[in-house]
Amino acid sequence: MASSYSKSESKKLATWYFTVAATLFGAQLLFGLVAAIQYVMPGFLFEILDFSVARMVHINALVVWMVFAMFGSVYWLLPDETGIETVGIGLGKLLFWVFTAAVTVVVLVYLFIQVGPADETSIWFIHEGREYIEAPRWADLGITVVALGFVANLFMTGIKGNRSGIVTVLMADMIAFAGLYLTGMFYTDNISIDQFWWWWVIHLWVEATWEVFVGALAAYGLITMIGAHRKVVEMWLWIEVAMLFGSGILGMGHHYFWIGTPEYWWEIGALFSALEPLPLVAMFIHVLYDWGKMQGEEAAKGQDLSVITNKPAFTWFIMNALGNFLGAGVWGFFHTMPQVNLYTHGTQFTSAHGHLAFFGAYATILIGMMYLAVQGKNNIKILNNTKSSIWAVSMIVGGVVGMTVALTLAGYSDVIISRAQMGATWAGYFDAQATTWLVQGLVWRLLMGVVTFVGFLFLVKDLLSIGKATHHVR
Amino acid sequence: MATKSVWSDNRFWQRTAAWVTGFASVLLIWLTFDTSAQISMGTDADLQNGVTKRVPGPTVINYKVTYEMNKKRQHEIPVIGGMNAEGTSAFQEKENFFGRDNWSEEEAGALLHLGKLASQTKNCMNCHTLLGNGAYYAPDLTKAWLDPAWGPEGSMQAMTGKETKEEAMAEFLQNPSQYPTHARMMPNLGITAEEAKGLVAFLKHLSSIDTNGFPRNFGKIQGAVNGK
Repeated sequence: MASSYSKSESKKLATWYFTVAATLFGAQLLFGLVAAIQYVMPGFLFEILDFSVARMVHINALVVWMVFAMFGSVYWLLPDETGIETVGIGLGKLLFWVFTAAVTVVVLVYLFIQVGPADETSIWFIHEGREYIEAPRWADLGITVVALGFVANLFMTGIKGNRSGIVTVLMADMIAFAGLYLTGMFYTDNISIDQFWWWWVIHLWVEATWEVFVGALAAYGLITMIGAHRKVVEMWLWIEVAMLFGSGILGMGHHYFWIGTPEYWWEIGALFSALEPLPLVAMFIHVLYDWGKMQGEEAAKGQDLSVITNKPAFTWFIMNALGNFLGAGVWGFFHTMPQVNLYTHGTQFTSAHGHLAFFGAYATILIGMMYLAVQGKNNIKILNNTKSSIWAVSMIVGGVVGMTVALTLAGYSDVIISRAQMGATWAGYFDAQATTWLVQGLVWRLLMGVVTFVGFLFLVKDLLSIGKATHHVR
Repeated sequence: MATKSVWSDNRFWQRTAAWVTGFASVLLIWLTFDTSAQISMGTDADLQNGVTKRVPGPTVINYKVTYEMNKKRQHEIPVIGGMNAEGTSAFQEKENFFGRDNWSEEEAGALLHLGKLASQTKNCMNCHTLLGNGAYYAPDLTKAWLDPAWGPEGSMQAMTGKETKEEAMAEFLQNPSQYPTHARMMPNLGITAEEAKGLVAFLKHLSSIDTNGFPRNFGKIQGAVNGK
């Protein structure tokens, strides 16, 4: 490696970010379990920790752990890519503590204050009540400062050191990522305008800038783990950026079908969001193709050893290629056409897509980055799987896929009974909730959620102990 | 020997990515200007002059709101103040809202402001969906104002023992766990009488937004489904 862990403060900072990220991932799963139990046993923690609070923590912990892991990933790969130590690392460390402290306070307020009176003070200090970006306004401002500091470090390092294609993509992507957050910070009485700009943050994060970020991580991973050729990988990365932004930016139209916005978004949203799976197919093929190619080059030399230098990380990267395509691509495509979305919008079907997409597209590759950090920290040349690595990936992937299948089946009931037949009324909603498919689907979702959580425990154990195992090549 | 092809040149693909991204962004920004103008909130004058807005002004609470199939658009649209010959809003028929149909622009605006703030601070979206966005633990509220359950013959209005839809909704919002309809209940969120009034105004206003026919067939189908 160009820059070893012992000499790089940037890599040390990365491991801090990964540690908090993994902790918040655990919180996300725990509060997800609470919400899943409430679907099955509605009295569970009623008026103590209601579904609305559990779910708010569930989805906020999700977003924040991913942002932490994304920052960590950049701090990890920067010294390798640029060949220098990250500029402004002292500021980076300070901002890490500010960010961690702010998140802690926000979560404590969510849990112990929960709701406030209908005034601006609640919006400033409790939460904003806007799904995914509920963080109160003081935290919004804090997050903006932290994000700007992070972007400044990335830019200063990219300008001073060797600016590879991967670093160039990250610089452009992260400034958009930080800037877009600003569009979700204001208050308006007009709910259509509110949701219009809310999607600028949510959609342009998860269906544009975050996907490009994943493309850059995959490129870095292929070079680092199987020795793929940089020229080829970076050319693919640029093609992916063109495809992701080309489809994803205007694909935003699929969120503008029903929120008061004009009809032309039907056509724009349908066309561009239908193209969104294409780059995900391309990424999937690219990862598998490069793996086969590098292994083939070894075989041609008469070697039959694996080219992979980090088995668990590479497994998670492969899960990312597959999960991104299935969860974001296929499950998204299922309901992206307005004529389908008229009935599926806001049902358990959406929930099925949300679970597999966030997991497949982001959780997987970020867990892979954590394994790369464990390898670097312990100065291991080839990191092999342990039993826990295999249990972790099997149970987490199996659990999330199981939840997705259960929610998809529940979703069919929801769509057909509550929407298509009953027209989305109060009575129609509860008729659908009482159907066998939906009731049993949510029981299976809970069981699969438990499987996922047990997998998470294996993951934590593995991340903490795999570096000490003796079967690696040092 | 052939010269190197542009198709395998990283600079070429970098420029392609920049151009594609730039083009998509410019188009999005241009459409944002058009959409923003179309979804800006209307005024009381618009309602009085019969100007249809996708998002009407707050004084829409003084009018009767329904959700009717429109022949031209081939989906349901909100109809404000009764229907005219073209099947769109006539802006004529008024309706009492908490005993009055003459809420001024300031009064109605203040009520909507309070209601929208309450919808956020009470975290409605983490159980319900609004315009179809949010959580799926409780019914969609986009057209809740028009739900037959809250109407004069509806079970919800009867349960609260109130005379009007708005009073019934406000009563429920203040004491939701006193009126359980299913094992899954709405928790008490400390909603005051004034906040409840604001929330009901917010819901009535929400139902008057033109959502391109979402949700389909709202409140039109009643009766046996799934063997019930």
